[in-house]
Amino acid sequence: MSQSIKAKKSGRLATIVITIVLGLFALAWTVPTLGVFVTSFRDSRDIFTSGWWTVLPHEAWSKTGEFEADPAVDVDQPITLEGKTAEFSAWRAGVEVKPGRLLKWIGNKRTRTVEISEKKLVGFGANLTFDNYKNVLAAGEIKFKDANGSEISRNGNNFADAVLNSLAVAIPATLIPILIAAFAAFAFAWMEFPGRKSLFVMVVALLVVPLQIALIPILQDFTALNLNGTYLAMWLAHTGFGLPLAVYLLFNYISQLPRDILESAYLDGASPFVTFVRLILPLSVPALASFAIFQFLWVWNDYLVALIFLGDRNRVVTLSLAAMVGEKGQDWHLLTSGAFLSMILPLAVFFSLQRFFVRGLMAGSIKG
Amino acid sequence: MSSPPITENPLLKGLKLVLWLALAIVVLAGGFVFLKEFQGNKILLVLFAVVWGVGSTALLYTVLNAVGESFPRKVRTTVLALAFAGPALALLVWFLVVPTLRTFGLSFLDDTSTKFVGLDNYFYAFTNATMLESFGNNLLWLILGTAGTVVLGLVVAVLADRSSFETAFKALIFMPMAISFVGAGVIWKFIYAYKGDGVNEIGLFNAVVLAFGGQPQAWLQLPVWNNLLLIVIMVWLQTGYAMVILSAAIKGIPEELMEAARIDGAGEFQIFFRIIIPSIMGSIITVTTTIVIFSLKLFDIVRVMTGGNFGTNVVANQFYVERFTYQQTGHASAIAIVLLIAIVPVLIYNLKQFGERKAFS
Repeated sequence: MSQSIKAKKSGRLATIVITIVLGLFALAWTVPTLGVFVTSFRDSRDIFTSGWWTVLPHEAWSKTGEFEADPAVDVDQPITLEGKTAEFSAWRAGVEVKPGRLLKWIGNKRTRTVEISEKKLVGFGANLTFDNYKNVLAAGEIKFKDANGSEISRNGNNFADAVLNSLAVAIPATLIPILIAAFAAFAFAWMEFPGRKSLFVMVVALLVVPLQIALIPILQDFTALNLNGTYLAMWLAHTGFGLPLAVYLLFNYISQLPRDILESAYLDGASPFVTFVRLILPLSVPALASFAIFQFLWVWNDYLVALIFLGDRNRVVTLSLAAMVGEKGQDWHLLTSGAFLSMILPLAVFFSLQRFFVRGLMAGSIKG
Repeated sequence: MSSPPITENPLLKGLKLVLWLALAIVVLAGGFVFLKEFQGNKILLVLFAVVWGVGSTALLYTVLNAVGESFPRKVRTTVLALAFAGPALALLVWFLVVPTLRTFGLSFLDDTSTKFVGLDNYFYAFTNATMLESFGNNLLWLILGTAGTVVLGLVVAVLADRSSFETAFKALIFMPMAISFVGAGVIWKFIYAYKGDGVNEIGLFNAVVLAFGGQPQAWLQLPVWNNLLLIVIMVWLQTGYAMVILSAAIKGIPEELMEAARIDGAGEFQIFFRIIIPSIMGSIITVTTTIVIFSLKLFDIVRVMTGGNFGTNVVANQFYVERFTYQQTGHASAIAIVLLIAIVPVLIYNLKQFGERKAFS
């Protein structure tokens, strides 16, 4: 919709209000992720002692100088400094003599040293580091500093290994169901075979079946086949669970392709296989891409299936991250960098191919 | 131009078929053993796994096609159709249809899956205190989570339709859809973090509470509050989905309809309730049912954030706990069946909708 129509729709004031409200929404929806992102680059010691938002420009007290109090002043009486009078204990705690200027008595009564602090704008002064990422990716012993600055050592979570496992699980678990579903969708849409309609009704029925229903028997099967903890088990499971949506989506698209094209291929003597590979697949790229993004995000972000069929062998990123939450619940420098590492790839895929993703979402919801 | 039909030697044809089958078996079995035994560089292993997994699937169809093509012309098309649809159907039967029946059977057996116990597991599922707590929480998720997601999604969709920065706003609110529930768990655990030294808090939520003069709390351990705060995470994750579907529906409303209403003097609120809402009712139902199903199956968020402790348990987590912590296969199976039954109305509605579409006419 063009700008002018939008502007016409509502007045100037309404436009401003709408922008502010949407801006607040956008802020609420991005700040949580931003916090994790910023924290993952902060020094571990800073993370434990101050909120991540302190890296933003803000006003803070900083020491600007000091002076010796007049030796004649009786420190057992209320003391006057720069026109303000207060008890010694108050000066020890610090007194704001005028807005933005703080005086503080340092040490005991005899030293008479007074520190001057002024409120100043601090901007982006944080210690930024890649150490957290180095530590979270590492496999062996890692070291970091806690709130008091003392060194702590832990076992690394070998996140690098988890990222590789996630790739090994997610890429085939995206491509295999696409191929299988595309062949099936082609058969359902353009070929005759006994039970075609009732079998497709079964696919539609399976769309909403919760996968909890399948986990116990499939685990029994995988245990019997000695497949637990293998990539193959994950490919099979994600293919099986992803197929209803895949077949349904691709059928909707492939069955809408123009009949003439298929008929002319048939008249030219092309076999069904050749027709599928040379004609159907290239024509279905938008639908294939939609489902691919959908399935990739689903598999990469899946926790439940991996938890049950992979266990501790070949841990994927979600398992690794969840294990870190359990073992290192307060080690925010590791948790935030791990969380961000787990999000980089899906976010990149998502933002670069958002158009296809949205199309898949719409096609996947059964129209009311 | 057509070439004369070549009549292939049946013997040669048979030999070709056998060779294809042999190749398929060697690739499948060889690759599997190699993956299991390989100890070298992990990156090479991953590359091999990807190529082998995808390549084997392609090879499978080539072989199936070769087998199908060897059938006599009269039945060839039917055989090929079955060969193309077969793998998908076999996997659906193995991974969803048969397991449903098996889980149903297991739900009548004891924890060793050998002794018949009648309806005991269902009795447990509906009387056990933890299960009752879980049902209550799922109801809370279902009502507040769905309402929050759909209402916020609708508000953003309607407002964005009138904004010049529509694409940017929508992309930002949609972004959490790309984040895993585990990742979102870490993000929000950090927001709800509690240090408790009374001076400064590193969790945003407690820092805000502190700034407004409140008392910081370990919110995730505080019953009722913790459930609400977990539901916030789901709303944060799913609003983008509701927004996208509803926004597309709003754009489908004819402009003349709105124009006519404005000329008749209808205010913006009247247009919203009398025109926009009724026009997109179908999409609202779609979004609502999707989120209802989602909130019934909800597992990851609770598992990662609280493990179901402090009064936050949900049915799907209890399913996991019964099966994997207590080894109570019977209990877990009954819980899974209860989940399925809760979803059956949606399933029937979907089938009815599909029947009306006449996709096979």
